[in-house]
Amino acid sequence: MSSPATIDVIVTHVVNVNSLIKRFHFARLDGQPLPAFSGGAHIIVEMQDGENRRRTPYSLMSSPLDTDDYQISVRRDDQGRGGSLYMHQQVKTGMQMRIGYPTNLFSLDKRAPKHLMFAGGIGITPFLAQIKQLIATNGNFELHYSVRNQELGAYINELAQTIGNRLHTYYDDKEQRIAFDTLLSTQPAGTHVYVCGPTPMIEHVLKRTAALGWPKVHVHYEHFAKALPGEPFTVQLQASNKTVEVGENESMLEAMEAAGVDAPYLCRGGACGQCETNVIEHNGTLLHEDHWLDENERVSGKKIMPCVSRFCGTQLVLDR
Amino acid sequence: MATKACDLPFRKETFRDDFTFRNSPETIKRAPFPFDKDSYMYAVNMELHKDGRAGTAFENPFDVDEHYVAEMQDRALVLNEDPLRCQSLPHMKLAGWDVLELLMTHKASSYPEWFSLTRDGNQWHWINRPMGIDQKFTFGDETTLPYEPLEYITRQAQGDFCVLDERDGNLWMDAGIVTTQADWSLDFDIGMNFFEWHAPVPLAHEKGIFTRALKYLLTIQQGNPARRLNWTMTVNPRLDTSPENYHVWGPENIQITPENVGEKLFLRIELQSFWRLPRSNAMLFPIRCYLLSMQDLSTVPKWATRMHRVLQTLPPEIASYKGLDGYRDIAIEWLSQFDNGAPTSSGSYPD
Ligand code: FES
Repeated sequence: MSSPATIDVIVTHVVNVNSLIKRFHFARLDGQPLPAFSGGAHIIVEMQDGENRRRTPYSLMSSPLDTDDYQISVRRDDQGRGGSLYMHQQVKTGMQMRIGYPTNLFSLDKRAPKHLMFAGGIGITPFLAQIKQLIATNGNFELHYSVRNQELGAYINELAQTIGNRLHTYYDDKEQRIAFDTLLSTQPAGTHVYVCGPTPMIEHVLKRTAALGWPKVHVHYEHFAKALPGEPFTVQLQASNKTVEVGENESMLEAMEAAGVDAPYLCRGGACGQCETNVIEHNGTLLHEDHWLDENERVSGKKIMPCVSRFCGTQLVLDR
Repeated sequence: MATKACDLPFRKETFRDDFTFRNSPETIKRAPFPFDKDSYMYAVNMELHKDGRAGTAFENPFDVDEHYVAEMQDRALVLNEDPLRCQSLPHMKLAGWDVLELLMTHKASSYPEWFSLTRDGNQWHWINRPMGIDQKFTFGDETTLPYEPLEYITRQAQGDFCVLDERDGNLWMDAGIVTTQADWSLDFDIGMNFFEWHAPVPLAHEKGIFTRALKYLLTIQQGNPARRLNWTMTVNPRLDTSPENYHVWGPENIQITPENVGEKLFLRIELQSFWRLPRSNAMLFPIRCYLLSMQDLSTVPKWATRMHRVLQTLPPEIASYKGLDGYRDIAIEWLSQFDNGAPTSSGSYPD
């Protein structure tokens, strides 16, 4: 299957939300409506950053029913490979960009009698869209939102206005913590849990729900790994008969694409499994960064997810 | 200028009782013939559902052909006798609106002379000229339509439609309209997951077909619909060969003779497509049926030859599962007159 379909858009607004977060608004270049989507969906944003073409996933935070205006929020990451810096520094109102169709790997279970949501920091964005969807369909939900401090608590005021006491905020600098165990032990039968935030928060919720006997299929998490910068390495692509250099600030997937190889992907964050590639041979260490492969697959050394994972060694041969 | 009903190229015909269904020569040639080689085995034969060749059933995402109006009349008869052929579990309401939007927008853009859709916010105006329908309604408000949105629009669209909810890494048959099916029942399968509703298919489980197919289906996203072809055979051009009605069509299976096989036995092709729905994140699975008599096939030499070879080499389990045992030998014998043993050209299009 070839790469996902794309849409040409124009940046209609860039808004400073706080000292770390900017919000970007997109409309379709041809003036047609954008596709409707479902709460929890993300889009891939393509960025032509000098030599590098990056494609980075961001959750849609606007109303799933608003087909005139897509919104994403981007938190600046000064340590990252530069995707968020590019968005913050280069992307201006009026600029033309290309995005992918919305894809949802963090969908609400529409049969759930109640939705219990845990958000940490910028992890709030998919919930903003889900909440708009739940309000429109009279869904029953409760949001627990943990932020570093008042200044970085993006969208708290808007949320307080629209959802009132269904919003519970927790400030790190005031030593406020979400009481996960209490909340997880006192929910009506059939409740579904959703978590999006920093890795330790997601892992904690997964651990505690398991310990407290929550059915796995009632626990949903959005876990985009970031393609991290790292040492350059070389990869041989046997099926395409190409040898590709992966630079410090590009992912293996991006390097393949730059070499003209049509490699499959969906989330570009190690979560969906679409880019899974067989390792034919290697003589070093596979640096797995995804949330897709299980422990056995990792130790086997036979599979890798090129959207986020890297390699340390002198020879890596992939079946691609 | 308004099109008069009599100018429209739709046949008046029946799919029951006197069976006046016929294909015109053009309709035969545009059929999605399912065999791209001289033999058949299950496979995950999926491809993207786009870039349709002009003059084929793939030209438009939702094909409308000369049988449209008559098929819709047949569907209305089935629903009248058995309303359970259209069902929707409560959480599938939003998906119903997604289906309505998808079908209306595609029909209007593929066939502007027959269908039109005007949208002003949630105020929609839909015109279906072949069926004489002119409907103003509010998108999202069921009370403004004569049926639920799924039933409303699929009473105006050829083929069956299953709506699959995605949960727990699986697909669940939670809504649909099924009146032209090859011996399966929505009422029986509703609420089942992907593996449960495929449980009776022989050989395919052993080959891991369904695990791979499900994995592929779950990655289908908006903007990238996929399709595959499936097939079986049917005696008489009957659309509704449901288990509920087996007593009506079952006995016809032994009526095939060397004299009537050309006209009475049909290759039944299913063009299945897979669409991710936007608001509900559900999957739409349309199953569009095309019927070609053995006589129709014989007008395309490559197809008659291939049909002969496929039937000859078909594994017995698959032939039995498809219900071909009663007439397979008769069909092979009749088709042999079109097979001179020469190799066929590659691909499935006519030469
Ligand atoms: S693209 Fe989703 S895991 Fe790599």
